[in-house]
Amino acid sequence: MTDAAHNSPLSDPIPDKPPRSQWEEVWSQFRRHRGAMISLFILVVIVAGTYLGPLIWRADPQAIPSTLDMIKQRDARPIYTSIWDSGAKVQWANPLGTDNLARDNLARLMYGGRVSIAVGLLAMALSIVLGALVGVLAGYFRRLDSPLMRLTDLFLALPLLPLILVASLLFREPLSAAFGVEGGTFVLIVSLIGITSWMQTARIVRGDVLALKEREFVLAAKSVGTRPGRLIRRHVLPNVLSPIMVSATLGIATAIITESALSFLGFGFPPDFPTWGRLLNDSVDRMVSFPERVLWPGLMISLTVLCVNYIGDGLRDALDPRIRGR
Amino acid sequence: MLTYTIRRLVLAVPTLLFISLVIFLLLELAPGDPMAQVPLTVPAEVKEQMREALGVGQPIWISFPKWLYQFFVIEPMVMIDYYFGTSLSEGQFRAISWQTRSPVMDIVVQRLPQTLWVVGVAYIVGFAIAIPVGIYSAYKQYSLFDNLGTFITMVGFSVPPFFSGVLVIVIFSVQLGWFPSIYDTTLVVNSWESFVKQLNQMFLPVMVLALQITSQTSRFMRSSMLDNLNQDYVRTARAKGLREQAVVMVHVLRNSMIPVITVMALSVPQIFGGAIITEQVFKVNGIGQLLITAIQANDLPMVQTLTFIFAVLIVVFNLIADVLYGLLDPRIRYD
Repeated sequence: MTDAAHNSPLSDPIPDKPPRSQWEEVWSQFRRHRGAMISLFILVVIVAGTYLGPLIWRADPQAIPSTLDMIKQRDARPIYTSIWDSGAKVQWANPLGTDNLARDNLARLMYGGRVSIAVGLLAMALSIVLGALVGVLAGYFRRLDSPLMRLTDLFLALPLLPLILVASLLFREPLSAAFGVEGGTFVLIVSLIGITSWMQTARIVRGDVLALKEREFVLAAKSVGTRPGRLIRRHVLPNVLSPIMVSATLGIATAIITESALSFLGFGFPPDFPTWGRLLNDSVDRMVSFPERVLWPGLMISLTVLCVNYIGDGLRDALDPRIRGR
Repeated sequence: MLTYTIRRLVLAVPTLLFISLVIFLLLELAPGDPMAQVPLTVPAEVKEQMREALGVGQPIWISFPKWLYQFFVIEPMVMIDYYFGTSLSEGQFRAISWQTRSPVMDIVVQRLPQTLWVVGVAYIVGFAIAIPVGIYSAYKQYSLFDNLGTFITMVGFSVPPFFSGVLVIVIFSVQLGWFPSIYDTTLVVNSWESFVKQLNQMFLPVMVLALQITSQTSRFMRSSMLDNLNQDYVRTARAKGLREQAVVMVHVLRNSMIPVITVMALSVPQIFGGAIITEQVFKVNGIGQLLITAIQANDLPMVQTLTFIFAVLIVVFNLIADVLYGLLDPRIRYD
């Protein structure tokens, strides 16, 4: 503050807008990342397409017509095929064609996306909760630090893909009995992915909590008698939110890829239950004649993961106060 | 440094033992019965004897030490016998695969070369592309090359191998017919033609695996180079009149390689894991495919051994990465 300003406080320009909150700052920085903004748009379109699309496109993804109709309608190519192949079998009723049982490919793609995205989000949520819990406990309570970090190291040393494959076979029966075939597989896959992907988050959060613990505001909160639980919720957690958010975003991408990989290897959802990985796996055998059945699910997986990764990149830049405001 | 290495090596032993116990306990829950395929005409007591011969249903405090003994004592003896013609392992019981009723390690050794060929070549190709790309895009930051490279690596990072594999099969082997889509493992390389054929069939799986390694590493290489390019010692080197090439390729590169080399070590177990999927796509019968078929067939000794081999890879390469980091960066002192 200069002397002049000190002497005449009334001549200071009065701010016409209230000061911007932290999240407004983050948003304005995020908007400058072109890739992230485009990705956010595409991702919103994909999610809206999978969740709202079935309200408009009312074909049933599981419905198999009666025998004669099925033989007539099955194995139709997408409409755009007729541009270069006038003899192709296309039907206006099925814009992306039908599969070998005459089920509508577009409807299956939408329902498959619902499942894949839901698995991605829930598995990410589970892994973030686990990771943040372990990280905060290890960083805040010195007594828990060593055993929890040993556990994290141990999980990092486990060969995860083989173990997920084994476990997905082992626990399938009991969970299917409890939640039904599809529900059981859903619970199984979400928990398997969540349980095997929390380690990076835990490490990052622990490091940040260790640094935060030495700061004055934590000491101040402690000195007025705040209990550890409240201190963590009120003062520590909000400050480690940005690394958690970044790893949450990237976690969605990993979870979607893992789910599709499991379905692709035949260890995921049951046959006939559409998810993007499952659709891809079912179509690989006939991909020479019907490349679109492989391309569309694969493109959707890749595009979703690409968008999520870009958003993660943009978020990391936006949440980094050293870059923000530049 | 030596004491640190030794300490880490000693610590790795309980870690590996614990991991193998975890795998063992998990597999103990498996519902499968290796006698499920045996015809119903076989009497129950014979089946019981067969079960006993395979070691099914033993309590864990017998079966786990037995497996450890088989893996760490008998298998090395078999190997010594094979190379030196001795007969140390005679009369010893090796871990038997429930699928084929032959020793597990024999099958693993049969399958290993295919995986090593594909993974090894992909590893070399991946880093050979990634490092120059990373260097150049950092040096010309925000240039067209950098933006394009960043986009391509992001795509390579996001496209899962089971889609990129299928995609290159559709393009290069179905539409163009340049490369075979199925890996022929019976091919014996003994002449120039067969060598060319081997290269030809390796091209697609190597491409898919290398794309993943390249996109991960070149991003890392780029950011590591960027960290170093703005440092004071670079300005000093330029100020004393060194040629630009010497500044970038000697001073900056050598310092940026330190974290990249540890990533190179850490990515070895990762690409073995990634090879599980790639092998499945291209029908390479390596250890990844062996693992998948073993899990599907409930062949527990095989799954246990293979998973443990993957665990050993992870632990060993983590150790190598840490030791290399200490060796290369004089600022890091573990002692």
